[in-house]
Amino acid sequence: MKAPPGILHASFSLARGGFSLEADEQIELAGITALFGPNGSGKSLTLRTLAGLETPERGRITCNGETWLDTGQGVVMPAHRRPVAYVFQDARLFAHLSVERNLAFAEARARAGGPDVSRSDVIETFDIAGLLGRMPQGLSGGERQRVAMARALLSRPSLLLMDESLAALDVQRRAQALNFIEQIPERFGVPVIYVTHQIDEVVRLASNMVLIAGGRVEAQGPAAELMARLDLPPFTGRFEAGSLIEARVARHDDRFALTQLELAPGTTIEIPYLDYPAGETVRLRIRARDVSLATVKPKGISLRNVLEARVEEVQAEPDTAFAEIRLLLAGQALRARISRASVHELELEPGKQVYALVKATALDRRLLTRR
Amino acid sequence: MTGEAINAIWLTLQLGVVTTVLLLAVSAPLAWWLAFSRSPLRLPVEVITTLPLVLPPTVLGFYLLILLGPAGPIGKWWVSATGDSLTFTYSGLVIASMVHTLPFVVQPMRQAFQDMGVAPLEEAATLGAGPVDRFFNVGLPLARRGMVTAAVLGFAHVLGEFGVVLMVGGNIPGQTKVVSITIYESVETLDYATAHLLSAGLLAVSFAVLLAVFALNRRIPLGAGR
Repeated sequence: MKAPPGILHASFSLARGGFSLEADEQIELAGITALFGPNGSGKSLTLRTLAGLETPERGRITCNGETWLDTGQGVVMPAHRRPVAYVFQDARLFAHLSVERNLAFAEARARAGGPDVSRSDVIETFDIAGLLGRMPQGLSGGERQRVAMARALLSRPSLLLMDESLAALDVQRRAQALNFIEQIPERFGVPVIYVTHQIDEVVRLASNMVLIAGGRVEAQGPAAELMARLDLPPFTGRFEAGSLIEARVARHDDRFALTQLELAPGTTIEIPYLDYPAGETVRLRIRARDVSLATVKPKGISLRNVLEARVEEVQAEPDTAFAEIRLLLAGQALRARISRASVHELELEPGKQVYALVKATALDRRLLTRR
Repeated sequence: MTGEAINAIWLTLQLGVVTTVLLLAVSAPLAWWLAFSRSPLRLPVEVITTLPLVLPPTVLGFYLLILLGPAGPIGKWWVSATGDSLTFTYSGLVIASMVHTLPFVVQPMRQAFQDMGVAPLEEAATLGAGPVDRFFNVGLPLARRGMVTAAVLGFAHVLGEFGVVLMVGGNIPGQTKVVSITIYESVETLDYATAHLLSAGLLAVSFAVLLAVFALNRRIPLGAGR
């Protein structure tokens, strides 16, 4: 099942206790859209506004041609009428109902004309058959989230909103939960807006991304594109800044436990052995600090990934020793963070051909995802 | 025990049950509104529902007498609608008891709704549950501990009522003569045997009801979202 692409248009302003939120965005709903930004940037408030849990002072929200809010016309569609389900950070299972009856609650109120989601589907997808008779108080954090996702989908929403749903889980549970979330758009035909401040979750899940900071939307677009842009504030901190690269698994080298990824014909990168079949497309995130530059092809070095690239943009970080360089590598954007002194010495400027030296061991396996 | 005393006991228990049931029905939506409304009227309404707690029963009884009397606005309407008076009748007694006991039922319910918080209600809304649906299928069941407390306090309070009953209900055997008034009358006429019997009876009943409910409450496995 493929999620039908929808258009969400949200333009509103809202003030809550000294904090103000402004948005005017048109978002194509397909797959998973990450709403990404630091804590306190207004992500949750945005999600609550979309769900109808907050009513902005003024604004207009339409989704697939249906008006959810139009303060000019005095239209405020209440939350229960919007075809939207919400998975809260704290899961919010009904304490007086068993897991099975929590599911039944949503099923009984399923939206007419919503996607065709059945109880057996969600029980299987989220692996909760063994939990049906239990009460929510007895469940672990991960189990609660799975039940909450299943319950939300059973209400047959046209859009699923998820708010930092994994924040309460430990690393291992989070990784498991990501597997479940990943499947939602394809399997149930429901697009997802996913709020997070974890960059690895964005890399893992999102095709599109909306960056939000200080109550303002800074940028939105395809996740890979946004992560390569230098003009955006350092959402993840300079240390973690990086770029998303798409590549195909070309072949495995069993002798040295390496896997060769092909970015484009003739451009390959070697990483430690990756247990994916040849031909599979993966996304990897390369941190800017793990990319060095050279103007001549270096010889006799241990680094195995030496790639031809072209400088697109040079941006000095004010008050630091560093500069960020945006490179074009086989049609994809790659960021490097090197010292300003090196920029000066190597005479780096847009258009210059360079060699990008990428540390293969620096590729975080967590950041490697199947597409 | 005299027939009159038995009548009084029966009448008191009946009044307790009827008042409590009616009060629960009235108080639940009121407590809900007090817990969640952002209306500027919330504060004055909260004060009004708390007033019976602090006013002397005679003051409350006096105003009720005026309101419910055949010349009062409510009493007049009642007479024209039913042909019966509200003062010194069982119906009037029920209304007076309800007003007098209102805070004892509204407060624990409001507290229970507040403890539950808006989180489960928001969740229910995003699952497609409308306001009435949320009230009956999420709010009430999650706040049932508060409901039980409210019912017990209300019932016990009605049993012990004296001043308001005397002002509005008078002392008509089988109609408005409840246990507390019978005890008072017995003491006045030096019939200590009846006074003893009824007092001990009221004490025992109150104790038993509270005991049963507290024990039951402890066993109800919930805590609104906790």
